[in-house]
Amino acid sequence: MAGGRGLAFYALAYLAFLYVPVLLLPLFSFNDSLFIAFPLSGFTTKWYAQMAEDEDMRAALWNTLKVGAVASLVSTSLGLLAAKALARPLRGRAALLGFANLPLLIPDIVLGIALLILVSSVSIPLSLVSVAIGHILICLPFAIAVLLSRLEGFDASLEEASRDLGENAWMTFWRVTFPLVLPGIAASLLLTFIVSFDDFLIAFFLCGTDTTLPVYIWGELRFPYKLPNVLALGATILIVSGVMIAFAEWIRRLGASSDANLPLGA
Amino acid sequence: MAEEFVRIENVSKRFGETRAVDDVTLGIGRGEFFSLLGPSGCGKTTLLRMIGGFTFPDDGRVVLDGEDVTSLPPNKRPTNMVFQSYAIFPHLDVRDNIAYGLRTENLPATERDARVDEALAMIRLAGYGARRAQELSGGERQRVALARALVKRPKVLLLDEPLGALDKRLRETMQIELRQLQRAVRISFIFVTHDQEEALSMSDRVAVMEKGRVLQCADPKTLYEQPASRAVASFIGSMNFFDGRVSAITPRTITVQTASLGTFDVPKNGMTNFASGDPVVVAIRPEKFLLAEGSALSNVPGRILALSYLGDRSQLQIAIANAPAPVLASVPNTESQKNFRVGDAVTLSWPQDAPILLPPG
Amino acid sequence: MGAFAAVNVLERLDRWFARSEMAGRYLLLSPVLLVLVCALAAPLALLFLYSFWTQDGLAVNTTPTLGQYAAVASREGYRVLFLRSVGISSLVTVVTVLLAYPMAYFVAFRAGRAKFIWLILLTIPFWTSYLLRVFAWKIILGFNGVINSGLISLGLISRPLEFLLYNPTAVVVTLTHAYAAFAILPIYVSLEKIDRTLLEAAADLGDGPVRRFLRVTLPLSLPGVIGAAVLIFVPTTGDYVTPSLVGGTDGVMIANLIQVQFGRVNNWPLGAALAISSMALVAAVAVFAIQAARLAVTRIR
Repeated sequence: MAGGRGLAFYALAYLAFLYVPVLLLPLFSFNDSLFIAFPLSGFTTKWYAQMAEDEDMRAALWNTLKVGAVASLVSTSLGLLAAKALARPLRGRAALLGFANLPLLIPDIVLGIALLILVSSVSIPLSLVSVAIGHILICLPFAIAVLLSRLEGFDASLEEASRDLGENAWMTFWRVTFPLVLPGIAASLLLTFIVSFDDFLIAFFLCGTDTTLPVYIWGELRFPYKLPNVLALGATILIVSGVMIAFAEWIRRLGASSDANLPLGA
Repeated sequence: MAEEFVRIENVSKRFGETRAVDDVTLGIGRGEFFSLLGPSGCGKTTLLRMIGGFTFPDDGRVVLDGEDVTSLPPNKRPTNMVFQSYAIFPHLDVRDNIAYGLRTENLPATERDARVDEALAMIRLAGYGARRAQELSGGERQRVALARALVKRPKVLLLDEPLGALDKRLRETMQIELRQLQRAVRISFIFVTHDQEEALSMSDRVAVMEKGRVLQCADPKTLYEQPASRAVASFIGSMNFFDGRVSAITPRTITVQTASLGTFDVPKNGMTNFASGDPVVVAIRPEKFLLAEGSALSNVPGRILALSYLGDRSQLQIAIANAPAPVLASVPNTESQKNFRVGDAVTLSWPQDAPILLPPG
Repeated sequence: MGAFAAVNVLERLDRWFARSEMAGRYLLLSPVLLVLVCALAAPLALLFLYSFWTQDGLAVNTTPTLGQYAAVASREGYRVLFLRSVGISSLVTVVTVLLAYPMAYFVAFRAGRAKFIWLILLTIPFWTSYLLRVFAWKIILGFNGVINSGLISLGLISRPLEFLLYNPTAVVVTLTHAYAAFAILPIYVSLEKIDRTLLEAAADLGDGPVRRFLRVTLPLSLPGVIGAAVLIFVPTTGDYVTPSLVGGTDGVMIANLIQVQFGRVNNWPLGAALAISSMALVAAVAVFAIQAARLAVTRIR
């Protein structure tokens, strides 16, 4: 059927459309020129070297890693508790899930200013702590989504069987529930880390003097001579997060019995 | 009377407004194969779960081998359950599944391995030790679930509709195997099912349940031939019901008047609860009917509405006057029985002791 | 001795959990609820309150007033901004969904065993830094950017095109690319769920491929399409980064205006009122559009 060929071609073209603009970043990051333009001027890795030596960048990176680690750990733990409670029918389940997913529907700008208002009202100073709080909020829906999909397919009688065979609640969790949820936990940790790592707007509103990497990049965009550095940084971030995401997806699907298991939010 | 190894005393359980189990008292003997039979929602699974410790009764007690276990959690009871979904741990292989419950028994490793090997041999899956749940068929999983429970040497084995997911042929094979297994290990089995044929063929005794209550608890033969009520009679096998009234009682017989079958006598056989004038429901099994042209004591004219040929017997629906529904009859296909066809006129008769008299409602 | 007591407590806790299953589950939920109430409900409530207050120099006058909303409703400039934001988002939504649908269809119906790979490949852009993706378009569309320099070095034009960057068009193009992945997944999910035997039945009853698509596939995939549309429309109206980087003065959107209230202008109440008004407007448009779409599809039958 001719339509089949056309559709396949369209799919490839679409994929190209998705990737090519982003792939320009690594492309020009190796380009020996201050200007991001064709024709290409020759291969160089000096932008990467410069980027790596930038003290401000390294500080921002370190901050981002700290915030990311906290946000992913806390949101995954909370998400695990919530998913465990919501996996089976419960009164108010739909309302609770809606509430937990609300950060996804509210534009980041609104979340950012609302949190800013809150933080200033309670006299918490703007710092990495306030950023972490904001990130936990936006990571929570993702953690719950990943863990819920893992736990929903979880046969409740597995835990009952474990109790029946002699184990108490704690050992049941350790021997049965935890091993089976572990892939979900790993995927949630990775994905929430990425969400926190990439967030710009919330961090923009909530950080004080310590910036995160996206905020740092935003500041650098004003200086044309710094653009290639930013390209190098951006390219690095893209490649690393690309690998992490693929890895997270692979883990998430590991052991998932049905083919209808989808990447997040579905 | 089998000694009451398991006693369920006035046990009730409510879920919100519904009474899932309503004041049930049962006794189950040591080494008995006991079934809880009933339609979905009758409370049989809830009752089983209360014996196992997965749900706790609102009222009443559960006593196992003299010990009151009513408020004990499952891991503290001498019972084990085979779940409806089998609940085979997907992250462990067959061997580890079977050995799972032995961790809390503090056995030396050699003894543990010996028991697992013994169990594998018993379910005829020796050599499957390294396989995972995903690699097993439904029947194999069911056997692993059995082995896993039995390896703990429980006093009572609870089975929650374990054969429901299997196809017919496999189910029949497993029914026989389960029965043989139970006799071999001599443990009390409490078996939940909605399939009355299954319950009747496997059990020493069956408790028929409906809406949380036990309608009748007896051995299969009694249930089939002497059901205590219309509900039990209609649930076990197929049955014809006719409304009637007791018109006379003599020392040996009860005379019943019916609109559809006329007036006839039934031997008293210990049915003492009827007085003259009482309304009564007459129940006759399809296979008790005789189709003939004859002059038996009671015969009723009718016309064949439908016919199903089943090889060794035929099932017929016969329309008779004054009956709300066609009569179901089941006749053997022998030479002496005619070649019936749809539309034929026949007369129905039955042996005098065939009708069962039941209280109305 | 202490260990014994501890075990005893654990045992009793264990039994209590076993008995009151419901209570246990609500207990599990309490930390999450606490976080959500403190970090989501409270801030939003405060935001709402702020919209009724006024900025008095450095302090905030908390006497309730509708003054901010009056300002939002009356100023011509604001109205233009609202309309432009909604307009841009609507355009982005329509284009993105239209482009994404065939892609999702391909993966759901034609990808076969490669489905897994396609889904991963389509998921990755969804997760990469949004900021970097917008930045990529800035360098593509720039005056001396990739497109212009590429076309010049190929000899197709002699002077750089000026209309590429710093206008609403640039915003639309960038947003379409950035939100493409948002559209694919919901549409894919609903297409994947369609029972293939329904299509076989339709074919059996005489429908050709186009009719089958219009009468069976499309209506059944509608929830996914609506989900994708909402998932794109709502965030894009409130987008800040894209208008900032590629919008220029002509492509300014609501979020930029809101941000300056919390920045140099320092008029938080006005910012709050703008935020709430825009959310209300977006919600109203979204609901209206969903109903219209549903109506349109029932007409197809």
